[in-house]
This record gives sequence, C-alpha cells and structure tokens, in this order.
Amino acid sequence: MELTFTAADELFRQEIAQWLDENLRDEFAEVRHRGGPGDEHRFVGERKAWERRLAEGRWTCIGWPEAWGGRGASIEQQVIYHEEYARAGGPGRMGHIGDTLTGPTLLAFGSEDQKARYLPDIRSGQAFWSQGYSEPGAGSDLAAIRTRAEFDDGSHQWKITGQKVWTSLAHESDFVFVLARVDRDSVGHRGLGFFLVALDQPGVTIRPINQLTGTAEFNEVYFDEAVCAVDDIVGAPGDGWKVAMGLLGFERGVSTLGQQMLFQTELDEIIRLAKLNGASRDPEIRQRIAEAHIGLRTMRYNSMRTLSGGEDGSLSREAMIYKLYWSSWHRNLGKLAMDVLGPDAELLEEGPYELTKLQSLFLFTRADTIYGGTNQIQRNLIAERALGMPKEPRGSGAH
Amino acid sequence: MLKDTSQSFLAAKADSMAVRAACRSSQHFDAALWRSVCNDMYWQGVLVPEVHEGLGLGWVEMAIILEAAGERLLTSPLFAVTQSTALLNVCLQSAVRDRCLEDIARGQIVSLALTNAVGSWQASGVSVSDSGDGLTLSGEARFVPFGFAASTLLVVASNEDQSTSIWAVQSDAVGVRIEHTPTLDQTRPMSAVRLEAVAVGEAQRLSSDAGQLIEQVVALSRILTVADQVGVAQASLDISVEYTKERSQFNRSIASFQAIKHKAADMMVKVESARSLLYFAACIADAWFAHEATDAALQEAAYMASACASDAAFFNAGSGIQMHGGVGITEEYDIQLYFKRARSTESYLGRPPEMREAIACQLLDGGETWS
Repeated sequence: MELTFTAADELFRQEIAQWLDENLRDEFAEVRHRGGPGDEHRFVGERKAWERRLAEGRWTCIGWPEAWGGRGASIEQQVIYHEEYARAGGPGRMGHIGDTLTGPTLLAFGSEDQKARYLPDIRSGQAFWSQGYSEPGAGSDLAAIRTRAEFDDGSHQWKITGQKVWTSLAHESDFVFVLARVDRDSVGHRGLGFFLVALDQPGVTIRPINQLTGTAEFNEVYFDEAVCAVDDIVGAPGDGWKVAMGLLGFERGVSTLGQQMLFQTELDEIIRLAKLNGASRDPEIRQRIAEAHIGLRTMRYNSMRTLSGGEDGSLSREAMIYKLYWSSWHRNLGKLAMDVLGPDAELLEEGPYELTKLQSLFLFTRADTIYGGTNQIQRNLIAERALGMPKEPRGSGAH
Repeated sequence: MLKDTSQSFLAAKADSMAVRAACRSSQHFDAALWRSVCNDMYWQGVLVPEVHEGLGLGWVEMAIILEAAGERLLTSPLFAVTQSTALLNVCLQSAVRDRCLEDIARGQIVSLALTNAVGSWQASGVSVSDSGDGLTLSGEARFVPFGFAASTLLVVASNEDQSTSIWAVQSDAVGVRIEHTPTLDQTRPMSAVRLEAVAVGEAQRLSSDAGQLIEQVVALSRILTVADQVGVAQASLDISVEYTKERSQFNRSIASFQAIKHKAADMMVKVESARSLLYFAACIADAWFAHEATDAALQEAAYMASACASDAAFFNAGSGIQMHGGVGITEEYDIQLYFKRARSTESYLGRPPEMREAIACQLLDGGETWS
C-alpha cells in the first residue's frame, strides 16, 4: 500500500528539499509557515516575490508539460513536492489558482493562443489568478448562476454583468476566470461560458468580505459590463460547465500528503500545550487527542490507497470520502485546541481582534466543512456516485 | 483476485440460510463447510509456513479472506485457528510447535485459551504447579473461540514465579473440561475451559516466559478481528443500501431521501477508513514478522485499526437496523446478525476507548516513540 518512490524520485526529493533550504531564508524567512488558510491575507507582497523566486528555480507549475515550462512531474514527484514544501514551511502559494486550476484548464480545453497568452505569466509568477464560480444565489447549487456574458458586436468583445462571491484574494489578483451564462434563456448547466477576465478594469468592483476571524480573505466581485476579448472564452459558448467541471476528474490528491503535514504540525502543537498545561491528564481530552492522531493516520493511508490506485484518473471510493473526512477532522481539531487551552482560549493575542494561531484555527475550520462542496453535498455525492443511491427529486422551482 | 474467489466461495457455501443453520446446529458450526474451507480453499493454512504444509502467505492475504468471512458472517473456526497460527508463528521453533502447525494445516482445530473469567489476558486464570510428580495446570479460561470443537488447546498459564507460559494440551486429556457457552452473537461461539490438575510435560511447552509474546499475539489477534469487522461494516452498509433502494414510501424509493443517503455516506466513510487502517496494519504485521517493524509499531497499528474498525462495525450495523426500519428488528433479516457480530467483536480484547487510551499514553505520557 505504501507509495513506492524510485531512486530518481528520491533524487527529486533531495533536489527540492535542498532548493527550499537554500531559498526559504533571508528575505523569505518571515513568510515561512505563513499565508495558509485563515492567514491568506498576510505577507501578500512577500509571497508574490516568493512565487518569482520559485519560478526562477522552475518550482512553479511542476505538473505542467515541459513545453509550457513545467517539469511534467509524475504523481509521485508531485506528492514529494507537496510534502517537502510543507516540511520546509513553504508559505501559502499565491500562485495556487493559476498553477492548479487555470493552467490545467487551459492545457485541457484552451486554444493555443490562450495558452501562449496566459500560461507563461502564470508559470513565471507574474500573473495571479482568482476563481469566479459561486454567486450569492449559486452556492451548493452552482448551476444556478445568473452572471451574464453577452457578445457585443460593436466592440467585438464579451461584456459580463453580475456578481461573484467567495473569490479569495481577488483584490490581490490580476485575473479571474468567470463562469457566466451566454444564453439568457438557459437554465442549469446548459448555456454557460468559461471566461478569462482581467480584474483591473472599470467594470469590476471588488469588496472584501469581513469574516468571523476579523480578517478578509474572500471578496465579492461585481461585474458591470466588464469586458474581455472575443477569444477569452475557453471552449465554445455553452461549454462552460464542461470546462469548469473537467478538472475534477483529474484530481488525484497530490497535495493531500502535504496538507496532512500541516495538520500534523497543528496536532503536535496541541499535544505540546496539553502536556504543558495539564490538559493531558483529562481522560476525555486524552480520548480526543488519540482520536485525532488516529484520524490523521487514517487520512494518510486513505491517500496512499488513492495515489497507488489505478492510473485512469477515476475517483476511487476512498478518494470520494477525502473532503468530508479531512474537513470534519480539521473542524474537530479546532475545537479540541480550544478545549485543551481551557480558559486561556478566550484571551486574544492582542486587541482589538488579533487572534492566536489556534483561535484562528478554531474559527476558520468552520469554513472547511462548507467551501469546496459542503459536507452535505459531499454526502450526496458519496451516496449517489459511490453507493448508487437515487438523486433527490428536484423541487418544482428549480431548473 | 483472492478477494473475488473468497467472496464467490462464501456466496455459494455460506449464505444466510447456511449461517442460520450453523448457529442452530448442535455443533454450533457447519462441519461440512469447515472441511470445504480446509480442503478446497486451504484458508486454515494461509499463515502456516510452507515447511509445515501451509501456504506461507502473508497478513494482507489473510486480511482479505477474513474480511470476506466477516461479510458473510462465516460461522467457522477460521478465526480461532488463525489466531493460534499467529501465536505459533511467534513462538520459538520446537517439536510441539511444529506439530501444532501441521495439525492446523491438516484441518485440525486448535484454539487459544488466552483470557480469564473476566476476558482479560493480563492475568491468566490458569496456573502451573509442581506437585512433585510433575507439572500440572489448573484453573479456568473463558471466551475461548471454538474451544468445544478443538482437538488441541493452547493454554496460557501463570508460573509459580508469576511469569507466563504456554502449553499445548489435548482437549481429551484427563482433567480437561470444555463447555460451549451460549453467546449473544451465535456466529462466533465460545467456550469455557476448566483444567483440574492436568498433567503436562516439557514436551508440551510452547513458551516458558511468554509475557511479551502474549502482548504481541494480542496485537496480532486484534488485527485479525479488525479484518472481520471491516467485512461486517461493509456488508451492513451494502445490505442496508440495497434494502432502502427497494423500499418505497411516499411514492419514492427511500434511498432517494437525503436523511437516508447521508447516513449511508457516513457509513461508507467509516468502513473505508477502517479498511485503510486494516491494510496498513496487515502490512505492518508482515513487516514485523520480517523484523522490519518494531513491537511498538505493531501495537500502534493494532490499536488504531481496532479503535476505528470496532466503531465502524457497530456504527454501520446499528445504522443499518435504523435504515431497515421495522424489519430491522426481525429475526428474518440479516442486519441483526451483523449487529450482534459487531458487538461481540467490539469487546473482544479491548474496546475502542482502551485502544485510544493506549495511544494517548504514547502521545502524552512520554512513552516510547513510534517510527
């Protein structure tokens, strides 16, 4: 069940580990372990500079083909990359969306012209992307989006009008990809288009969403006849849903082991505190810490099973449970941290509302079970796709 | 491949009717099926080394077979002889050990008398004494899997100096009394074994100082039990989902209700998690026998898998009854049999909170660290 790494893989591991050791220091020392979920708004400029440093070492977009500046890295190498990146305390990637969403989407569905215009700047850490899927009326029911795109014959451009929400770091990004309705009368997943839109233009307004953490990583993005070029639609008008969903089938969870290393760091910190303040003597806390340990190991072996599975890219049963599993585990870890801290859990780092790392963990993990498909949606997917249970009949008001 | 052949063999030979007939029979299991398991499938020999007429396969293969057995509620001494084989494989080579392994390979039933009157392995209910005329064993062991059907018992006993020894005792030896103890879960029958001054000789001794060995065997037994539990958890999910697809209320299949689907999804999360830990633990067991994993690693793997699989089996079987609605509590439907097997395996060699506490000790009390 263990992943087997070849000698070449181990050389790859040494190479990335050594490069990170040599580069994640000096002016980048302060971004180590920063910019993760709940901390994404911090050190933005430094983390953009870090992307350019990564690019100099060819350590961005390693899964892309070499023709586009990637390394054509294997699944095993990508796992190693994420593990070593996490081990070294690499900061939350500003280039994450471009590297793992925009890039692969264009590589799979984009025209040669689109690839040539957008991929180089993503790879070199010059252009940063955000995603425009969700809308106020289209959360779990993503196909209910109402943002419209109309082709303006006069200016020969697409004009986009509507509102996107939960667009992380839009105010720090250069582009957004937007799923919008090209056919005004269409409903559901038909009649959509997938657009590449520059954020720095008069038709775009970005407003931060203040979160329960007192920080603002997410935004609302308003489009009021925002424009993009005639050839900034990926795929044909009407293919938007296919393009947007296309990536999901290729997700093999290469970043999961790296993510688990961050989780281990958090659990280790909680164990350290429990030993320090005596919470480790509480029988109930002991049970929960053991449970957290078992859960994290379970995730690891689930990932091993997934990654060592078939090469056809199809989602195996254990892969389908992953989001539900890690999000629930992480949310419970946040509460465990508070319970280990006891009364101190209430005390802020400083006023007016500066949270400690564990307080931030506690509050922000409530989002984990919501974004990227809520736990309820995940359970529907598991029941319908893995267990073959019938879909819920649609309400009459729906598409 | 092994999974498919195991499943299809059991589907043909150990269906619900067969399981129920075995439970009702005076022998408490289906002797003909057991002969078929031994002669046609050779499962009793999977872990027996080749030099002793076994197949000499590994723990992953054994886990696959026991998982299939759990799925079908196999009512046979397979677990009992596999547990004994695990113990014998850990013992140092001796004539008696080799003979026991060969007996198992030939289909003889060898049961492990490990636990005392309260189900603990930490203090044996049997003691060794030296009467002057030779050594004798006296006392009681309970919760002995398939002891009533065994030709040989592997008896764990306390020596006079409080250390522990293990003896191979013929079940028909003078002073041995074995009683079937009726159990809540009839698919895993057990026995009480009483020994009254049973004479034993050096040639029957498998180990003279077995304290550490017992802990290792308990860990290995937990892993075997986990395999059964994963099968129980999977079957509970499968038959319950199947039932809800067929059952119609409010003019629709109840499987289309989210209240049902979400329960089923949670059950799948449980069983897949337990399965991941099972196959990890089976790999560790193989590595441990190859001297490539430490005792502590073996223990940890067993604690984790046992905690997770015990919870999974009980959650899935219990949820399964709920998904079946009224028929879930009838004798006729199988989900109740899984529910009972989930409960009996849950408390065998320690419940989940004990597993978690053992892990907490390692994490929080500065115990030996795991690699």
